[in-house]
Amino acid sequence: MNEAIQVKNLTRKFGEFTAVDNISFDVKQGEIFAFLGPNGAGKTTTIKMLTTLLHPTSGQLIVNGFSPVTQTDEVRKSFGIVFQDPSLDDELTAYENMEFHAVFYGVKKSLREERIKSLLNLVELWDRKDDQVKHFSGGMKRRLEIARGLIHHPKILFLDEPTIGLDPQTRNFLWGYIKEMNKKENMTVFVTTHYMEEAEKIADRVAIIDHGKIVTIGTPSEIKKKTKTTSLEEAFLKLTGKVIREEVGSAKDQMRMRRRAWGGRANRS
Amino acid sequence: MDSPIYMMWLRQLKRYWRSKARVIGSLAQPILFLVALGFGLGPVFQAAGGGNYIDFLAPGIIAMSILFTAMFNGIEIIWDRQFGFLKETMVAPVSRYKIMIGRTLGGATVAMFQGIIVFLISMLIGFRPSSIPMIFVSFVFMFIIAMLFTAFGTAVASKLEDMQGFQLIINFIIMPLFFLSGALFPITGLPEALKMVIRFNPLSYGVDGIRGALTGLSAFGMTLDFAVLAVITFVMTLIGSYLFSKIEI
Repeated sequence: MNEAIQVKNLTRKFGEFTAVDNISFDVKQGEIFAFLGPNGAGKTTTIKMLTTLLHPTSGQLIVNGFSPVTQTDEVRKSFGIVFQDPSLDDELTAYENMEFHAVFYGVKKSLREERIKSLLNLVELWDRKDDQVKHFSGGMKRRLEIARGLIHHPKILFLDEPTIGLDPQTRNFLWGYIKEMNKKENMTVFVTTHYMEEAEKIADRVAIIDHGKIVTIGTPSEIKKKTKTTSLEEAFLKLTGKVIREEVGSAKDQMRMRRRAWGGRANRS
Repeated sequence: MDSPIYMMWLRQLKRYWRSKARVIGSLAQPILFLVALGFGLGPVFQAAGGGNYIDFLAPGIIAMSILFTAMFNGIEIIWDRQFGFLKETMVAPVSRYKIMIGRTLGGATVAMFQGIIVFLISMLIGFRPSSIPMIFVSFVFMFIIAMLFTAFGTAVASKLEDMQGFQLIINFIIMPLFFLSGALFPITGLPEALKMVIRFNPLSYGVDGIRGALTGLSAFGMTLDFAVLAVITFVMTLIGSYLFSKIEI
């Protein structure tokens, strides 16, 4: 098995709106794969489907040899994820968040302490291990989340805009660390980001998605060559246009809006 | 001590323990009720032949504090959703039923603990249980209603996405459950319609069971109380688990 992720004719609709429209791509094992696109292009929806949080409307998905629809537990064991928004328990300490995750992923007790210690050391949070997460800065939380996502030694790491809102030092640190993990453990990395220079620097291959469809896929140099541009950023703008996107709300946002509309009416009557 | 259920339970306890302000804040209301109503209405109750009102009231207020703490603990899922921690548990290779059970057991433990604190406080202001061994029977009732309402809160919260419905839940679910449960007044001699409502309120059986165990005065009989609560709690846990398992992030 050479492909860490296989996606074939994947579609996801929210009512009338097609968030992901018949996309196909493969991610090779040990590859760093960047998934780029403007706001609302379908990146997060795709990640949610790959990570078992959403069911596809149609199409096939294979993650680490398993189906995220029917073999959820096998898939869940094979990846780690850092979400776009923080997902830590603020009232637990850094160590407790790590421990919680380790137990949930079935990491044996004998391995737990050692792994947590080495990971927290790597992200330079060991001396803060007994502090509640609510006292952490955004960058510290991000580092902790990445460490947490790695406790169970995942085959694939999903990063949904991991560096958003972080200072250059932290970004540099995170990418360096991720690259190292990728080399050392042959861990596949699937990353979405808005920072084109970062994608260009770190990714083996890049897919650009827009309006739910994949516009192009290839190594950064292939894409630059194809579009006759000198940077990935230029290529990106050339392919997706310069119009600023209003983010189409997620299904949840739409539902929320609908419910507010209903609620508003009910209150008035 | 290696299971996700235990970790989830422990998390609820830690969160409770670390928010001292919440613990103290949630004790203010029961104390106010005990003191204001207990001493305020005591003489009237006595004159009407009802006996010692504090003895009558204390089990009702214990049940009230459990109801509130348990419901809030269940509803806290909305916070977990908004602060993202729910996602972390949802992508883990653990069945959602286990997550829900651990969470509910944790919430119920916290609520029961709160009930015991109120019980001790009520003893400070003059409440005297009629028999020491029966105190442990009252703990059983406390735990069952704690489970019941944590599961209920979970079920309700699974259907809500943000805190906008919170006020509705307090005014249309929690308050009626409390006031129409026989926590504050005896049900004998009430109008038939009100009696019916109270009979359909699960909390009534919790109040009655705790009161029966602590004071020896039970309107429905403790066996019936237990049977009704056991069935409803079981069903509610199933409903809560089902709705929780259907949450989409």
